Amino acid sequence: MNSTQALSRNTILGSVRANQPAAQPMPTIPHFHTNHFQTNQSADLVAAFSESIARMAGVVVTENVPDLDSFLRARFPDAKVICSATAEYAGTIKPASLNHWSEASTIDVCIVRSPMGVAETGSVLLSDTELQVNTIAFLAHDLVVLLDPKQIVPNIHDAYEHPHFKLRSYSVLMTGPSGSGDIGAIVVHPAQGVKTLTVLLKPPPNVGKRTG
Amino acid sequence: MQVALMVPCYIDMFYPHVGIATLELLEKLGVDVVYPKDQTCCGQPMANSGCYEQARATEEHCARVFASFDCVVTPSGSCTHHIRNKFNAGADSPEKQNLVRNTYDLVEFLHDVLKIREFPWATFDHKVALHTSCSAIRGLNMASMSERVHDAVFSKPKALLSGVPGLEFVEFERVDECCGFGGTFAVTEEAVSAKMGYDKLSFMQKASPDCIVSSDMSCLMHLQGCARRQKQDIPFYHLAEVLNGVSPWVGQSWVGQSWVGQSWAGQSRVGQS
Amino acid sequence: MSRPVDQAKNAETFLADTVHEQRLDQLLWAARMRRDAAARQVPEWEELRTLASEIKEHTLSNLSDYMIQFEARATANGVIVHWARDAHEHNQIVYDILAEQEIKLLIKSKSMLTEECELRPFLERRGIRVTETDLGERIQQLDNQPPAHITGPAIHKTNHDVAVLFSQKYGSDPKNEDTAYLAGVMRENTRPDILIARAGMTGANFVVAETGAIVVATNEGNADLSANTPPLHICSVGIEKIIPTTESLAVFIRLLARSATGDAITQYTSTFRGPRKGASMHVILVDNGRSARLGMKRFWRSLKCIRCAACMNTCPVYRRSGGLSYGSTYMGPIGIIMMPTFEIRKYSELPFASTLNGSCTNVCPVKIDIHEQIYGWREVMEENDQIQVVKKEAMRVADKVLSHPALYQIATTTLSSALEVLPHFAIYNRLNAWGKHRDVPEASSETFHAWYRNHRPKTNEEVRRG
Repeated sequence: MNSTQALSRNTILGSVRANQPAAQPMPTIPHFHTNHFQTNQSADLVAAFSESIARMAGVVVTENVPDLDSFLRARFPDAKVICSATAEYAGTIKPASLNHWSEASTIDVCIVRSPMGVAETGSVLLSDTELQVNTIAFLAHDLVVLLDPKQIVPNIHDAYEHPHFKLRSYSVLMTGPSGSGDIGAIVVHPAQGVKTLTVLLKPPPNVGKRTG
Repeated sequence: MQVALMVPCYIDMFYPHVGIATLELLEKLGVDVVYPKDQTCCGQPMANSGCYEQARATEEHCARVFASFDCVVTPSGSCTHHIRNKFNAGADSPEKQNLVRNTYDLVEFLHDVLKIREFPWATFDHKVALHTSCSAIRGLNMASMSERVHDAVFSKPKALLSGVPGLEFVEFERVDECCGFGGTFAVTEEAVSAKMGYDKLSFMQKASPDCIVSSDMSCLMHLQGCARRQKQDIPFYHLAEVLNGVSPWVGQSWVGQSWVGQSWAGQSRVGQS
Repeated sequence: MSRPVDQAKNAETFLADTVHEQRLDQLLWAARMRRDAAARQVPEWEELRTLASEIKEHTLSNLSDYMIQFEARATANGVIVHWARDAHEHNQIVYDILAEQEIKLLIKSKSMLTEECELRPFLERRGIRVTETDLGERIQQLDNQPPAHITGPAIHKTNHDVAVLFSQKYGSDPKNEDTAYLAGVMRENTRPDILIARAGMTGANFVVAETGAIVVATNEGNADLSANTPPLHICSVGIEKIIPTTESLAVFIRLLARSATGDAITQYTSTFRGPRKGASMHVILVDNGRSARLGMKRFWRSLKCIRCAACMNTCPVYRRSGGLSYGSTYMGPIGIIMMPTFEIRKYSELPFASTLNGSCTNVCPVKIDIHEQIYGWREVMEENDQIQVVKKEAMRVADKVLSHPALYQIATTTLSSALEVLPHFAIYNRLNAWGKHRDVPEASSETFHAWYRNHRPKTNEEVRRG
């Protein structure tokens, strides 16, 4: 730290110390588990998750999709570049093949597995671990997220217990495709990011199996 | 029981019939009412402008006038809110503390102290748009507020007025949006204040009331001014008049003075569905 | 020393434009209704507000410790932490970071703090082009206007306004006013800058001391793009944004979007804890008057603000004045209680742009006593001789008359003398201000005082006791 910075730091800290009010206690934070769902049964959580994400223009696929390749080809027939960030599917490219974060803009469809969903909000968690190159989930045209329905937690308090938030350099709770209500408060999709977000409720395969 | 009647300065000057109705109503309920004749004002107009120093003498005079009473009743939510929650232009004193502790808005006094719910001497076969002031709602907790969505819905003025035979309420949108009076705001932000009043009237009119009632005359003074300028002669009543048994069309007649004549071209939504 | 912003006059101008005023009022009231609906979905809503308020007050009252903790954790994560005492120092730090690598293009997501510091003109004067990636901010940037609202900077503009603007700046179809089309035009024109920029800047909604992380919530994902695409990420954040832990973060995330737009959460709620491999990340902690505000006994709680704009959406005055009428970085109720700490004279009239109705206080997710602070600022303005609007002399006269019963009773016998006594009417420099759009009440032929004297003479003896 140079001397100007040291001065600024000390000045600010000094001013804060001199001015901060008498210390007030930190409250205990409940996790509010009893209020939302009849049970914490998976079926209820899946239903709540599906409802929440639909409100944000996300799409949920609950039926079994045995073959990812035919699913993606059918859903995105014009896609040429399919970037897969998961070992479950080959795709046409892997994130590792990108030389710069901006190259992710060449991706038509990105597919990645999320370690956790949130029923309260319809969010899926992604981090640099799953994405490897963060921009693939933003610069791609469409995003497909695989999610084990058993990994859906009830609410945001539960969500923030996930170790990613303490360990990863980047983590995001993503809820639906990119949108904006900045013009006339009418929410349109997309804004800057992906045009569609599709969540496939699908448990991870056993080790060694591949589906695409 | 004995109470001192506080008649706010603007009611004293412009709407004495509201003070009279309050007095008569309390007497009907067996209350011994004393009117300390040296009273003037609670100091709110000056204090609300930040002019604490210029509110001090008035505030202290007010405290002195009511010093020997342990129950003071006033037909004004805004004055009650000011006294109870903002009465600190000058130094503290036993007289001040007495007034702060013992001042009640008329609605509070009837609803919470006397616990009256029936007004058999009154009839009011009209549809009422009930307006409750922001002071009453958020300052005195006289009714629930729409912002607090989990609170039980209640309204003390409505509970009282429900005890008047024949009276019907109409429901209208934005029921607790501010009417725009706001004290000094009414003249310092005249354009916004008037627009808020016009809008409030517009929402009320959509529900087709026969009249507009409130327990705060300051709001009604503003709304009535807006209505008359728009050539609407819908009657306005203070809650005290209705509970006391008002005859129709008693009240102020309006001189339609326009000083700098400038009407809101296209502003009014009245008449539009 | 600037002349005070005449918010009332600006509001009057805005009101004369009935198309824009009606639209803004309806749009933002609808936002308030969506907030109510979202709050209804959360049975523990009031408990969350209380928790959020307590967490913020705990943090602000222990801020120096949390700042040091954040710095240590962030630095351990590989983040370079800077300290800026004021707006100028902040801007200089940003410039130095960019200049060191000869960066000429900066993409950025929405940050009210950078508006407060006037960063863009500072950089542009030094040859650095800045592209806003938030749709509303970009619209305002192209139109050379400041943001009119904290979460929807261009919410006051109609689709027609935006279509015309984009046709002028981007050559798009001026007749196509479809919202999706316009958003597409923005995306098409901003994407190239996003891909080539070598630096991206974000603000932050929250700063987590425990993990050394910053948290940004957007609907577009443009903060994620601005931070993740270029190799250099700069985050500027006010020191009051610090919260202690990830656990406490959850409370705020549950309140923020619901208060702002009525959604349960924004589309992208992102945590940045450290640089990507091969990239760098800077966080600039900015004071710019916040530590001083922390010492203001009546006003320090304004620092709890999480920038949701719920207060603006519910404020009946804001909805009819428009955000630009305040002439300030932060507008509406929260602006009224923050701006005087920056420049007391310039914003001396803002505390009077309120009816003190209290709706703002009751929608604020962190329970700032906004309307009570507005009232408190009026007294400060008076003490600091900042009152332009209110004629102190009229107040003095009023106090004299109103504290002397005999004077009062004489004065109130006629309308004109009554009007002079009642400061509501007398304080404005034009006595006919009330009467511009309203009829004036007629003074009664007999005051209550007089009526009582004439009709209840028996009780005069009792009255002498009073």
